[in-house]
Amino acid sequence: MEQASLLPLPPVTFHILLALADQDRHGYAIIQDVAARTGGELKLGAGTLYRSIQRMLEQGLIVETRDRPAPEDDDERRRYYRITTFGIETARAEARRLTQLVKFARESGFAGGRA
Amino acid sequence: MLLYRILLRLYPAWFRAEYGEEMCAVFASRRERENSLVLWVSAIVDVLLNAIRVHAEVLARDVAWTLRVLRQSPGFTITAILVIALGVGANAAAFALLDHVLLRPLPFPQSEQLVSLYQTNFPQGSARTAATPPNFQDWRAMNRTFVSMGAYIGILTPMNLAGPGEPIRLDAAVVSSDLFPTLGTQPVAGRSFTAEDNLPRTAMTAILSHSVATSLFGTAMNAVGKTIRLDTRPVVVSGVMPPGFAFPSRDTDLWLPLKSWDNRRNQMLGVVGRLRPDVSLARARADLEVISKQLERGYPGENKGIGIGMVRLRDDLSPQSRILVIAVFGAASCLLLIACTNLANLLFARFLARQHEIAVRFAIGAARERLLRQLLTESLVLAIVGGAFGMLLTVAAIPALRVLVPGGLPMAATPDVNWRVFGFAAVLTGLTSVLFGTGPAWRSSREGDLSGLRSRSASGGGTARVRGVLVLAEVAGTVTLLVGAGLLLKAMWRVESVDPGFRADGVLSLRTALPIATPLERLHEFYSRVLTGARALPGVTSVGYVSFLPMTFIGGNFPVSVPGQTQARETRAHTRFVTPGYFATLQIPLLHGRDIDERDSANAPLVAVISQSLADRFWPGQNPIGRQIILGGASRSVVGVVGDVAVRGLETSSLPQIYFSSDQVPPGLAFYAPKDLVIRANASPMTLVPAVRRIIHEANPDQAISDVQLLDDLVAAQTATRRAQLRVLGGFAGIAFLLAAVGIHGLISFAASARTREVGVRIALGAARADILRMFLRQGLLLAAGGVAAGLPLAFLVGRAIKSLLFGVEPGDPAIYASAAVLALAMALAGSLRPAIRAAAVDPVISIRGQ
Repeated sequence: MEQASLLPLPPVTFHILLALADQDRHGYAIIQDVAARTGGELKLGAGTLYRSIQRMLEQGLIVETRDRPAPEDDDERRRYYRITTFGIETARAEARRLTQLVKFARESGFAGGRA
Repeated sequence: MLLYRILLRLYPAWFRAEYGEEMCAVFASRRERENSLVLWVSAIVDVLLNAIRVHAEVLARDVAWTLRVLRQSPGFTITAILVIALGVGANAAAFALLDHVLLRPLPFPQSEQLVSLYQTNFPQGSARTAATPPNFQDWRAMNRTFVSMGAYIGILTPMNLAGPGEPIRLDAAVVSSDLFPTLGTQPVAGRSFTAEDNLPRTAMTAILSHSVATSLFGTAMNAVGKTIRLDTRPVVVSGVMPPGFAFPSRDTDLWLPLKSWDNRRNQMLGVVGRLRPDVSLARARADLEVISKQLERGYPGENKGIGIGMVRLRDDLSPQSRILVIAVFGAASCLLLIACTNLANLLFARFLARQHEIAVRFAIGAARERLLRQLLTESLVLAIVGGAFGMLLTVAAIPALRVLVPGGLPMAATPDVNWRVFGFAAVLTGLTSVLFGTGPAWRSSREGDLSGLRSRSASGGGTARVRGVLVLAEVAGTVTLLVGAGLLLKAMWRVESVDPGFRADGVLSLRTALPIATPLERLHEFYSRVLTGARALPGVTSVGYVSFLPMTFIGGNFPVSVPGQTQARETRAHTRFVTPGYFATLQIPLLHGRDIDERDSANAPLVAVISQSLADRFWPGQNPIGRQIILGGASRSVVGVVGDVAVRGLETSSLPQIYFSSDQVPPGLAFYAPKDLVIRANASPMTLVPAVRRIIHEANPDQAISDVQLLDDLVAAQTATRRAQLRVLGGFAGIAFLLAAVGIHGLISFAASARTREVGVRIALGAARADILRMFLRQGLLLAAGGVAAGLPLAFLVGRAIKSLLFGVEPGDPAIYASAAVLALAMALAGSLRPAIRAAAVDPVISIRGQ
């Protein structure tokens, strides 16, 4: 999958990549992480989450991982997802794209801070 | 939780299998925190929207995949699309015809309440005649079941409209004032007729059709109140009907009020009634029955045996027209089935060829549901593209179908392509894809297990059987269509071989409809000037005038009798007035006595020339010359006997004929004054037209000339509808034939390639190539024979159903069935020949090693 063809990333996809940046997570953990990060503003529904996950798996942004936490913390129905190198690169590219956009916005006086 | 699981069924199965449990787990965790209505609503919306998106994504991917795959095999793709386009196109066009002629309500408000009324006279063997004006007036006054009734003269009256340039011929319908209110249609401009307009002595007014009004006066409003000159009489235009209004037939140019109401014997009126909304047909019939009995008692002379018949206006259509339309639709459906069968076969072959690929995809874990879905998407894409092309075909074909629309219907001639036709085509397209797509897709997704990997040349045993049955069905359908077309072809030949009783070649005819009120002397002068002028033209051998050419006007028959003879049944004869030379011009043989000639002037004794059948009726075996014959109360002496003519056309039996002198037209029969001129010439008769026009113009500058045609064309027009229906059904049969040939060819090709190795082994073991050839030809012929065996009984059923179109040809005519069978077998032979030869030419070494 060409990276360029994936950009710009849909916001949900970007958030899921962010949630997986520091550790593998299962679905519900992703939802919680995204909600915490956005101060409760973005609450992903199960439908939206798994449709995104299905697509991201196909695009190679994430993989399912067999590494599981200790059995006492585990639930066998859960599946854990890990960001791939391609996913990291894509998230970085998206971040650069967004930074660039914000820079342009500042130059035009649409956003506060240093021009 | 159960509810959530049910909700998840909206997703494709593979998605559910992959993520369903997790989604349930996530939802369960959510519910532990907050179990509220909001959670449920948001979950439902979430699942719903995302399930739709997943489906859409899958569809988009499948379509993209399909397009890629189809592009890789353009031959298959084009064939499939063409076959679907033909099937859908033929069917949608046939449906447009069926809908137009049989299904759609007539273009009148609450048209289901409208009925046609007519007189019957079963004791005299007459199931339907027009009504007499006094009877109509009595029905109207005495009934308790109708809102209203209106009457009209079904045969249009030709009239000349004088204008600044050449006079124009217009066809007028003469109507009672209640006709338009009964139909529920009012003029768009001006007023409708009133009861006063129907009185004999009030001023003549006219209502124009929209097209005539706009062509004469620009707009409908402009026409109202204008005076036009019809047959030299000034007539005020009182109104204009809406565009598209076509009653009693679509050729009507204007409407005039009926003014003669007295004769209880003159059967001239068509009657339309509007039933009261709460009244059933049966109740109305009972009501009419009582009325007819009362009238029979009141007028025992005129109304003896006369009943009142009734049929819904929508159903007032000849059985032939109905069967014809149904037959066209049936043939189109048959064609569609054959097309679907063919496609199913093509897809089977295609999927079998892809069995290896499919098996590989199974092996690497593709879900069966996804595979099935992809295969179905392929047939759906083909069906949609084919259906779209089919719709284009329909739009192109519909004008050609107008010849199949019966002329007497009060509606537009050409079926329009409306949403109903489009809807039908869409449904057909969907049905087609299901019909030809599901079977093959289902089967190959089931067979696509590891067996496809093990052997690349699997002949797909079960599939081959299914394909054999499909080809057999195609052959059966083709045989049915061939027999149907063959029966109609033979019927047409039979009609064409009917002797019309006159010789049409080399005769030019045209109509000069003279004003009805023209005095006899003026008529005589006009005829003699035109006839003398025309006779003097170079190449002209004879000329004559007649009331109506044969095959143009089927009415005009009156009771005739002989003094001193009482017949069990009333004898009626087609009555025509002719000038000297008419019989010679049409070469109607003069069998006894003499032609009408100059002696038979207005003041001379009344004479008649009768046809042979009339002479046989009254004076069998005797000489009729000099005998008296009575028509309309006047006695005339028979001076000649001529051969019978097919007045009513080739397909209907005509009554005997009686001819009178053009100088002896009684006042009441002015409508029958000769108006059709016939000219027989040695050279090409059409070259005479300008000269004849000039002669007529010199004789009367106000005289319109119409219906200029060769008599040959008039006779050919008799079979025009048959030719058209034959073209349509023959075309269907031809396409079916080709499709079946393609089917057989495909099947044998496949069987041959699947058995290459076996053939190689056989040849290596010493089998003769001729045996191999015979083996595959035999397979094709056996299939065809099975198809023929199934098709012949089916064809016989069809033949019986269309019996009324067959003009006496037996529905079981053996020659036709034999021809169809031979054609089908020949087709099978031709279709299997190439693959069989290829199979027989196999090099055993290569074929065995190749495996």
